[in-house]
Amino acid sequence: MRYTKRIAATALCFALTASAAACGGGDDSGSGGTAAKPTNCTNKIVNEAAPRVLVWAWYPNMAKVVDNFNNQHTDVQVCWTNAGQGQPEYEKFQTAIAAKKGAPDVIMLEADQLVGFEIQDALVDLVPYGANDVKKNFSEGAWKDVSQGDKVFAAPVDGGPMALIYRTDIFAKYGVKPPKTWQEYAESAAKVKAAGGPVFGDFGSNVPAVTTALMIQKGAQPFVYDLADKQNITIKLDDQATKDVLSFWGDLAKKGLVGKEDQFTTDYISGMVGGKYATYVSAAWAPGYLTGAGVGNGKEKGKFAVAPLPQWDPANPVSVNWGGSAFAVTSQAADKANAAKVALGLYADEASLTDGWKTQTIFPLNQSVLKSGEFVNAKVDFFNGQTANKDIYVPAENAYKGATYSPFTVYYYAQLQAQIVKINEGKTTGEQAATDLHNTIVAYAKSQGFTVK
Amino acid sequence: MTQLQTAPRAGVREQTTPRKKRKRIAGWLFILPFLVVFLAFLVAPLLYAGYLSLWTKGLATGTTFAGFDNYTRAFEDPSFRKGLWFVLRFSLVVIPLQIVVALVAALVLDEVTGRLARFSRLVIFLPYAIPAVLGALMWGFLYSPSFGPIEQIATAFDVRAPFLLSQGNIFYGLLNVVTWQWSGYYMIIIYAALRSIDSSVYEAARIDGASARQIALRIKVPMVSSALVLILIFSLIGTLQFFTEPQILAPIANGSVTPDFTPNIYAFNLAFRYAQFNYASAISFSLGFVVFLAVGIFMFATRKKGSIFT
Repeated sequence: MRYTKRIAATALCFALTASAAACGGGDDSGSGGTAAKPTNCTNKIVNEAAPRVLVWAWYPNMAKVVDNFNNQHTDVQVCWTNAGQGQPEYEKFQTAIAAKKGAPDVIMLEADQLVGFEIQDALVDLVPYGANDVKKNFSEGAWKDVSQGDKVFAAPVDGGPMALIYRTDIFAKYGVKPPKTWQEYAESAAKVKAAGGPVFGDFGSNVPAVTTALMIQKGAQPFVYDLADKQNITIKLDDQATKDVLSFWGDLAKKGLVGKEDQFTTDYISGMVGGKYATYVSAAWAPGYLTGAGVGNGKEKGKFAVAPLPQWDPANPVSVNWGGSAFAVTSQAADKANAAKVALGLYADEASLTDGWKTQTIFPLNQSVLKSGEFVNAKVDFFNGQTANKDIYVPAENAYKGATYSPFTVYYYAQLQAQIVKINEGKTTGEQAATDLHNTIVAYAKSQGFTVK
Repeated sequence: MTQLQTAPRAGVREQTTPRKKRKRIAGWLFILPFLVVFLAFLVAPLLYAGYLSLWTKGLATGTTFAGFDNYTRAFEDPSFRKGLWFVLRFSLVVIPLQIVVALVAALVLDEVTGRLARFSRLVIFLPYAIPAVLGALMWGFLYSPSFGPIEQIATAFDVRAPFLLSQGNIFYGLLNVVTWQWSGYYMIIIYAALRSIDSSVYEAARIDGASARQIALRIKVPMVSSALVLILIFSLIGTLQFFTEPQILAPIANGSVTPDFTPNIYAFNLAFRYAQFNYASAISFSLGFVVFLAVGIFMFATRKKGSIFT
């Protein structure tokens, strides 16, 4: 609606509509000049003479992390910009790839986004730059998430082992215990609801990564893809596990046992504060974000606790992951060796990692932290002094096997989101949604030139 | 844009005396600043987008020449058709609604005088002065099921207010936002047209025994019909390109605003989220074509009344 007042002649409308695709999004290109020294840094440069590496990242404690790096290095300096959290940053990066300029030297990416950029030759293999020297710092699953065969496209920083965050006050009031299986989860939900309690959890459409993780937990493997065999992809979204998980949550939502609200909105956060949800299926970094949004403060303090993620088969527990990011070097980086030095060294020093886990904004993947007594035995404030790392998150991380993502994660998530919306509106069933999702994704993969198996 | 060219009239061969030549150069110099900006920021991107739309690029394949394949694909694409159908439906409701609100407000304000009238004019115009993004954010808050006043009022009466951004209600939720935002602007256009009518016309009507209502409906409305046509065209073009409000409200709309909600949102997502710049260009041009067609049909239908455009 914005354009109408500028339009003088009808011919112009044709022009404006069409030019939206061609001229949009160029506003950030100035910051990413790779040849010239980047100057508009958010942080202070300690060593003026050293070459600078432009970094895009959104970690809440990034300012400290960058200062730590710059103070410890004389040969290279980080010039940091926050280009948006998640999707907004990816949109800018995607535009820079298409424009062939304007990308940063080092970029923070979530693990599920890597292969989508790798296939566009936008990222650099870090093995020639010493990636394998730091391999020993990470678990097998964490390393797999950033690798393609022998190639390594990013240095992992944080992970998101999943668990069940719950409210102790609601659990005590309605006499339920942390469920060990999803069957128990559904039973407890029904019990709380029957006693007039709040909804037990939430089936939010805007967190398709969570739903995907839960599908994988049940044994689904949505994608099999290897960058070395670029043209071929195996897609399996209409399998029984996917159908079961979508039906399970669809069923809970239909019965009103869980909410249908999108997450991370102010409405949702206020619901978390007010005890509208008894549990929150989430990752290890969630407490930091919740605290930042004002959850668990004041009279709400100490009402949260965490339990292991419920299982389908308690005899064979499966650990899954949500989120977690890594630093990758872009192929537009002018000096790839320096960029790699930053990607591998940034947020890898003890001071930064300690700050990150103490504020609970990251769950570090670096083994030096995961094995340190201070981290393992830490009594977590948000969980009322519970030793959450030792009891829940470290075992979950150690059991995580890694996942395989598709090269079109963004599109897949958008389609899964659309199906969850439909399920929540009662317009489709879990079974049907899985089938439709499968067909849509297969058709899309084919249209992108993949051979689908 | 043809009016801008300084082409000689057909049949009249101009003589190129040095003086005339100088004059002609001066003329070009005068339009040069506009021309440079126009070519650099409108024509060039347009040509580039047109060029892009003729190619196709898959993630697994390289770029290949596609000709008009992207366009046939666009018009067969259920996402594009669904979005197009939404904006057409939306136009059919929102445009008459806006015009009625704007016209009634303008007619009333034209009748009354004094400080109150000036104040009312300002207040009705105010929503247009608020940037569309802020307006949408504000309405997002008003619609909020936990903080919004709508819900709070409903709670006071012990009922549950409908969530105006749910899948079933978002059409009306957006209708309200857009009407609120634009009616004031259209009101000003109509009001300006009303002011330019010679008051002797009213005097003559009054002597003939016309009532205030008759003057309004039989004299004022027909005399501002050209302004109404102008508004209709503005409104039609704007609504078919619907983007800002749904895009801003999407994060709080619980999934009601899909990535293919309107053609412009679809083009944006194709380009900047799915890396399909070629197909996004084709979608944009296809939308441009539909807008062109819709405006063309409309102008043809109103060609007798619309004096500005004919």
